[in-house]
Amino acid sequence: MTHFRFQGPRRIIAVMVAAAMSLAMTGCQESGSTASDEILIGHFASLTGSEATFGQSTDNGIKLAVDEINEAGGIHGKKVRLVTLDDKGDAREAGTAVTRLVTKDGVVAVLGEVASKLSLAGAPICQENGVPMISPSSTNPKVTKVGDMIFRVCFIDPFQGAVCARFARESDRIKATKAAILTDQASPYSVGLQEEFEKAFTAMGGTIVSKQTYNAGDQDFSAQLTAIRGADPEVVFVPGYYTDVGNIAIQARTLGLTKPLLGGDGWDSVKLGEIAGANINGCFYSNHYSHEDPNPKVQDFIRKYAERHKQTPDGLAALGYDAARILFEAMQRTPNVDGKSLAAELSKTSGFEGVTGKISIDAERNAVKSAVILEMKDGNPTYVSTIQPGE
Amino acid sequence: MTQSANRSGTVERTGTAVLPWGANGFFGMMPIIVGIGFAVLLHFVLPKSIGPYYSRIVTDVGIAIILAVSLNIVNGLTGQFSIGHAGFMTLGGYVAAFVTYYVSSILWESTTRHGGFLGSGEWLFLFSCIIGGIVTAIAGYVVGLPSLRLRGDYLAIVTLGFGEIIRVILQQTGKVIDPEAVKSATWSQIIPPPVGGAVGFDGVPKYTNLFWVYTIMAITLVVAYRLKSSSVGRAMISVREDEIAAQAMGVNISREKVRSFVIAAFFAGVGGGLYAHEPGVIISPNDAGFQRSFDYVIMTVLGGRGSISGVVIAAAILTALPEFLRDFAEYRLIVYALLLIIMMLVRPQGLLGIHEIWNLRRKPKSPPIAEEVK
Repeated sequence: MTHFRFQGPRRIIAVMVAAAMSLAMTGCQESGSTASDEILIGHFASLTGSEATFGQSTDNGIKLAVDEINEAGGIHGKKVRLVTLDDKGDAREAGTAVTRLVTKDGVVAVLGEVASKLSLAGAPICQENGVPMISPSSTNPKVTKVGDMIFRVCFIDPFQGAVCARFARESDRIKATKAAILTDQASPYSVGLQEEFEKAFTAMGGTIVSKQTYNAGDQDFSAQLTAIRGADPEVVFVPGYYTDVGNIAIQARTLGLTKPLLGGDGWDSVKLGEIAGANINGCFYSNHYSHEDPNPKVQDFIRKYAERHKQTPDGLAALGYDAARILFEAMQRTPNVDGKSLAAELSKTSGFEGVTGKISIDAERNAVKSAVILEMKDGNPTYVSTIQPGE
Repeated sequence: MTQSANRSGTVERTGTAVLPWGANGFFGMMPIIVGIGFAVLLHFVLPKSIGPYYSRIVTDVGIAIILAVSLNIVNGLTGQFSIGHAGFMTLGGYVAAFVTYYVSSILWESTTRHGGFLGSGEWLFLFSCIIGGIVTAIAGYVVGLPSLRLRGDYLAIVTLGFGEIIRVILQQTGKVIDPEAVKSATWSQIIPPPVGGAVGFDGVPKYTNLFWVYTIMAITLVVAYRLKSSSVGRAMISVREDEIAAQAMGVNISREKVRSFVIAAFFAGVGGGLYAHEPGVIISPNDAGFQRSFDYVIMTVLGGRGSISGVVIAAAILTALPEFLRDFAEYRLIVYALLLIIMMLVRPQGLLGIHEIWNLRRKPKSPPIAEEVK
């Protein structure tokens, strides 16, 4: 009967072998070999999920920049190839996608992500493997603090919060002394922006009369909006993403809350006008660029983008385009395209004429640049003013 | 008593009882020792042979197995429908991350990795995962209590509510204190707990590696399997099959239900600890949401009710599948969902039904008595 004794362990081994085999079957693909006449760059983005338009817009912008550089003969005679991986807006998937890009696909640089949370998940992997990463539009200050390989081409939350606060406080259109805040408490972006806005607004002599929170994906905002209406603010700061903002605008107007809403670049999507319709008219948000900007560089970009992707580019597309172009410019300046020299070149970027303004990379690897304020008119964002850094 | 596994389990026990105590203990520990050996092998061989990307998927598979197998104790074995497992996981993850982060800050004044393989940092990590498991087990006891009165959909709603409560509470927490500032922290910084709020717990030392994941996975599997073939597990199965009949046979139904919740929650908490310390992951309140809970429910349903090997295979497939569908680009999640539907249509009872993979070749319907007589 002794031969029964090993049955327990044997079963455990069987389970493990089963697990190992199911892994091995899927895991035995050969790692991708890179042709020497190509330069691979990676992009991780939320192509699916609740913020899918962010990833898709950014990817379209990057694709346009890649096409342009290839038409112009590539970099050092080599074509650039873009590998885009979806992370469905999930931090763990973002980590996996970046691991794949830098260790399996062997990209020389990584572009991404829009959401700060996802950039923070991917950045340590890029840093550890010595691959430069440029986030086109993560505004949380922590992102570039990960290390000397991590850059961004957008402004950061403290600047954007201050821009919104100054606009609310000083613009002739609002001149508010009392503001209410409605924050998405589950979103680091929203919470970060809210903190900076509050700080700047109270420093300029304004008061926050009501602070309410919601969760992304909520359908009913009437409780919060009723409370805000009772506090009688002159402006409502809603630093959320476009889907929720659209619903908030509709319900605010239904409840008779007619004061303008104000927000950040999370509003920037063609979907906002589609969701909210006329309810969002007369509301403002800060953004990276305006497609009404007469600057020939901007108009040129919009024309080319519309030709390739059949739509008007939003701010994220423009940032994706700028991020890719800054990367290519740095590549062209350095003879050997490896992580270290590329990062060194990127940090020297100064006065780059991008679609989203003049971009310089500072010592903290953040972009120093201007912001624009847009107003929603008939479902379309229209240009109001530009606010320079350090003003 | 429908499964033959129990009988051979009994035989094993009577067989070893003759041996001296030490040998008995040794053979009892055998599977875990084999599992740890396997984990060491994976840890040192895998990253070199298949690269960091595939090793990472293997790590994720290990964590998914721990969570799915532990959920299977509640959903599969005891037949209680819990959809709050990610809540347990996230709670355990946060507690473990809290312990590692702040103990590292106090002991070593930094949260970077301390010590190498099996160095002091890794032991702290193991300790904090166990603390996470214990705290989660207590939460499991609390959630298990209402299950005495509720069943089916109603219990599902309670567990769903638990996950949501964890998520919302974690969103209200305070900012993470920098490691240098921990010793001079004021009360206002400590209450509410400084674990990052909605932003997630950033800066947790990254200790999770293949060795720890697969060691803990081995322990989870051995416990789950021994539980299933023990009298306690049989009592749990009887609760699943027919509560009234079980009660008539003298099974304390409420005790079995609460027990299954506590055991499952413990392993979920430990698994959450592994998740929180995984490189390239920032544990955030959203992890406690029902979306992730459903991932694990799908694994247990697809694997088969109460079949440990089935759940292991399902967890491995479902974790690795989205990565290997990357060629479909933005359509991969549609393909993934489609495959799920097909699998459920083809095998509505789960991959292995109630059987284990090693029992498949035996006649599934043969009455256990007949074999015993033989």
